[in-house]
Amino acid sequence: MGPAGVVGWVVAAAVPLLFLSVFFLWPVATMVARGFFPDGALDVGGIAEVFARRRTWRVIGVTVGQSLTATLAALLLGLPGAYVLYRCRFRGRRLVRGFITLPFVLPTVVVGVAFRALLVETGPLGFLGIDGTFAAVVAALVFFNYALVVRTVGALWERLDPRAEEAARALGASPWRAFRTVTLPALAPSIVSAGAVVFLFCATSFGVVLTMGGLRYGTIETEVWIQTTQFLDLRAAAVLSVLQLAVVGGALLLAARARRRYDRSLRLRTDRSATRPLRLRGPGRRPGPDAPAAAVTAAVLLGLLVLPLAYLVAGSLRAPEGWGLGNYRRLAGTGGANTLTVTVWEAAANSVRAAVDATVVAVVVGTLVALVVSRRPRSRGGRRVLGVLDAVFMLPLGVSAVTVGFGFLITLDSPPLDLRGSAVIVPIAQAVVAVPIVVRTVLPVLRAIDPRLREAAAVLGASPGRVLATVDGPFLARGLGLAVGFAFAVSLGEFGATAFLARPESPTLPVVIFRLIGRPGAENYGMALAASVVLAVLTATVMMLAERLRGDRMGTW
Amino acid sequence: MVNGLEVRDVVVTYPGGTTAVDGVTLHVPTGEVLALLGPSGCGKSSLLRAVAGLEPLAAGALRWDGQPVDHLPVHRRGFGLMFQDGQLFPHRDVAGNIAYGLADRPRAERERRVGELLELVGLEGYGDRAVTTLSGGEQQRVALARSLAPRPRLLLLDEPLSSLDRSLREHLAAELRDIIHAAGATAVYVTHDHDEAFTVASRIAVMSRGQVLQADTPERLWHAPASEQVARFLGYGPVVDAVVVGEELRTPVGPVRVEPAAGEAAGAVRLALGPRALVPTEGGTPLPVGGWRVRRGERELEVTLPDGQGAVVRVPAEDGAVRETVAVRLAAEHVAVVPGGRP
Repeated sequence: MGPAGVVGWVVAAAVPLLFLSVFFLWPVATMVARGFFPDGALDVGGIAEVFARRRTWRVIGVTVGQSLTATLAALLLGLPGAYVLYRCRFRGRRLVRGFITLPFVLPTVVVGVAFRALLVETGPLGFLGIDGTFAAVVAALVFFNYALVVRTVGALWERLDPRAEEAARALGASPWRAFRTVTLPALAPSIVSAGAVVFLFCATSFGVVLTMGGLRYGTIETEVWIQTTQFLDLRAAAVLSVLQLAVVGGALLLAARARRRYDRSLRLRTDRSATRPLRLRGPGRRPGPDAPAAAVTAAVLLGLLVLPLAYLVAGSLRAPEGWGLGNYRRLAGTGGANTLTVTVWEAAANSVRAAVDATVVAVVVGTLVALVVSRRPRSRGGRRVLGVLDAVFMLPLGVSAVTVGFGFLITLDSPPLDLRGSAVIVPIAQAVVAVPIVVRTVLPVLRAIDPRLREAAAVLGASPGRVLATVDGPFLARGLGLAVGFAFAVSLGEFGATAFLARPESPTLPVVIFRLIGRPGAENYGMALAASVVLAVLTATVMMLAERLRGDRMGTW
Repeated sequence: MVNGLEVRDVVVTYPGGTTAVDGVTLHVPTGEVLALLGPSGCGKSSLLRAVAGLEPLAAGALRWDGQPVDHLPVHRRGFGLMFQDGQLFPHRDVAGNIAYGLADRPRAERERRVGELLELVGLEGYGDRAVTTLSGGEQQRVALARSLAPRPRLLLLDEPLSSLDRSLREHLAAELRDIIHAAGATAVYVTHDHDEAFTVASRIAVMSRGQVLQADTPERLWHAPASEQVARFLGYGPVVDAVVVGEELRTPVGPVRVEPAAGEAAGAVRLALGPRALVPTEGGTPLPVGGWRVRRGERELEVTLPDGQGAVVRVPAEDGAVRETVAVRLAAEHVAVVPGGRP
């Protein structure tokens, strides 16, 4: 690479670094510093005092317990799903694959509302009596992350050479033993990596826990929010924020180590001929070999995914005055007893506007990061720098969005960056949350380019710029559609940071839904359901368009 | 002025300290096809990548027609490179791939050149096919057409046929030679297959452990390998001790008349036996037969030489039992004297 090229790449790295420093590192560091150094000196006694509280330990216990349980459940249910949806062929498979992705991009508040509607005493599953319990939160978290497991594991399983398992069978292994000793170890890297990301999403989930578990099953994330907004205890909030980063960072580190242990070159097929028709019926009347996996998957699909969404839609159509579109008509108003400052439609427009801005910022910044990180410098130092960059841009995934939001309030409040009350503050915060998702979607596509393809272009006389445009470009375009979709969906549904930053006169849709569901009155409740349906449809439409632009791949996490 | 490619004392090292190419000097005059022949890992591909500009030189110099080229970035060297697995651009059709290196030419000229090359590689009418629909052999033809299209002053080929199956490889090697000659290209052809090297090249450089052991025309290389190692790599084996007595070489398998290389005129030498060196003859040296197999219509007898080495004697395939011994003599045109006594 010539000196001009090096300068170009340094600039390309500097833009996202500057963005991240100003809008993430600085606010979070300031927020943490305020808690740890209240009077300019490290307040060890204060930190010890936070850890002496029983409440702190209960919150840590709930966070770890809830996340671990949900991760294990998602893995156990997701494995048969990955097998059925990626290793077997049947009619409607595309449709089912598309459908299971829907929950993953649904706004957390919507998921919370849907499960509440199902589980409240008057709901169809009210007899279970698990509304507001540990089990209910876990169920919602599994609902949310099921697709992540199915698609991450499925993408690998689909291309796994079946002949290794066939060799084991020919050596006398039972189907179960062949699966346990050959297939499962081969899938291990994807299982570990899916598990790590699910744990991360569970441990930092905010909207679901806040709408479903309330304060009793609060996690570190919701506790940070409560300590900052209700108790104004910045010290506790800062300690908890750092603690959360440690929990998430520790989990990711363990996962990376486990993955390295399992990582070996797998025999993968590039075609997809490894799939075969779904065998539901065996010889005679006995169930076929795929029947158990298919049964589990069908049960998860209908019971866990379809039921809450169908009931949400049904509930939204039942207005206080009877079945119909009453709830939707009321979205043009401000709710019973003027609960809201704007109409729900106005809030929806605010959401879309903010999400468009956030998507533009996130895609530009995220693509630059992915382009820089996907380079393969010759020197060891260069590779190390890129490794650090890669990790730094994943930080927003592990840091509480609440911390980011509050950090914005206390740092971006004085010139030259006085953004309080500015319309750009919400999109910027949403972009910070969306950047890691964009990077994770675009990066695998760029990394999959054989470096010799770039060399082939160069020996044919293409300058580094033309190589970037003609080799990286077409691959990038394929990943970009999905990245735009994810960024838009994440921004639309973002709640943790937006809850802090949205101006009272221009709230976003998730903020409005949360407000509606927190106020008494059948009218408000009906409106919350209808608004959730609107938000879900909006998100699903965007994702569908994005998937149309680019096959059915979700980034490898 | 020296024309063509000059490689002088070139050293290529990789991060971590491995030296892939260790002081190689070569000259490829314009119009010549040089084969770099060597086992995998001998540094031949690294040398090729260094010539292309894809690996930096740790030491040494590269010149074209007397002008240094090592400071030129890859895309300004005007050298073409064909990869082992083609590396076609998956998002471009066949014509789009071939035209990639012609971006600065007018459209009409580009189209004419693509047409010419499709004809040259025998793929007329394939222009708008997606490259993913092609067979392995067709993909390599497109890759060759793509690297020839901009008329590179030097064409570098990195094991272009080794990902193909045997019969296709033999067929394509001859075709490749004809296409390269028809295009009048100067070329460096990397391969680990001696048959391929002998088919394609006008000169062959044998490499081992980052160094060139010998560079010569295929004929001279075959008749006078510079060392036992080179001889074995060209397909000779076993190598036996021999003594020069007058005009004869005395060997454990009987005498043979060969002109020994200069400087080896007397005393002990080593004699490399080619695949057809042992000819069955009435009254020759009897050798015990250990086993046999039929290959390409001939019976190959596995025999043991008096010094204990294994060797093969070819006899016409016929039914009936294999005898326990076979009497042989040495064929002078299938042996080569290699320098040095017993190593």
